[in-house]
Amino acid sequence: MAKMKGATVINTERCKGCGLCVIACPFQVLALSDKSVNRKGYNYAVTVKEDTCTGCTSCAVVCPDGCITVYRKKEE
Amino acid sequence: MDIKEIIQPENLVYKKPELLNDTPMHYCPGCSHGVVHKLVAEVIADMGMEEKTVGVSPVGCAVFAYKYIDIDWQEAAHGRAPALATAIKRLWPDRMVFTYQGDGDLACIGTAETIHALNRGENITIIFINNAIYGMTGGQMAPTTLLGMKTATCPYGRDAKLHGYPLKIADIAAQLEGTCYVTRQSVHTVAAINRAKRAIRKAFEYNMAGKGACLVEMVSTCNSGWKKTPANANKWMEENMFPFYNIGDLKDINQ
Repeated sequence: MAKMKGATVINTERCKGCGLCVIACPFQVLALSDKSVNRKGYNYAVTVKEDTCTGCTSCAVVCPDGCITVYRKKEE
Repeated sequence: MDIKEIIQPENLVYKKPELLNDTPMHYCPGCSHGVVHKLVAEVIADMGMEEKTVGVSPVGCAVFAYKYIDIDWQEAAHGRAPALATAIKRLWPDRMVFTYQGDGDLACIGTAETIHALNRGENITIIFINNAIYGMTGGQMAPTTLLGMKTATCPYGRDAKLHGYPLKIADIAAQLEGTCYVTRQSVHTVAAINRAKRAIRKAFEYNMAGKGACLVEMVSTCNSGWKKTPANANKWMEENMFPFYNIGDLKDINQ
């Protein structure tokens, strides 16, 4: 079976750092930023393990603010 | 494969629905309202009803719902959203009309309007966000607050002798002749969100087919009011809310 590779783009200014995407991700691709904050003062979500993302969209579906855009491509 | 190769328009699989605009939502981090807003926007777009949908926003946390979804809206007086929706639907039968209400608006001050609109079988959908607390005003006890649950106005927990019992609006609605679809859903996991989306779609379709009134209750979290983190609030909801507010369809005339 062809492997799917995914990528997430996070709107960090819109993110409120609730962390629901971090829990929803089955491959621990996302984490909350350690020290950096956005303009609202929240520790926003960041992609930490880019390679393991399969583009399942779980993170984006549970995001209450619709901050995450997901892309997916078949690996050749 | 390079990340830049994946991030191309043709590989896009999920993005914020177009109807949900870029206005920053005022909801607390992790609030269920955001997910339900997203679902409503997605369903309206999927049905191609962008130009023909009228929403009625309540008083409560969702008071600014009209700022976030780019459809026609009206703002109702506290609790009176079903009455306003009745008027809109009767004057404009080709429009898809829904109200978006919280438990303070719907189950407390607007109980009469809600029950009578459902009982009359108006072709409207009521989306009911039940988080068992008054979120907007600072976490006071609501009619839907669980027994033993601590809030700002019942700091020792809700006591049946003093405060009465929690109100199950969806169970009441299911007994009414006018309703065609009554369901209780939640939005805490991907699977639950998908089920909730199907429920909203079904309710809207029943309305447009003129089958009667629909009530979609969303058992939700209020992490600020409950004084919990978003993740713990979801856990607490599963452990405490679900045994009392059972998830699933309570009434469906087509089954």
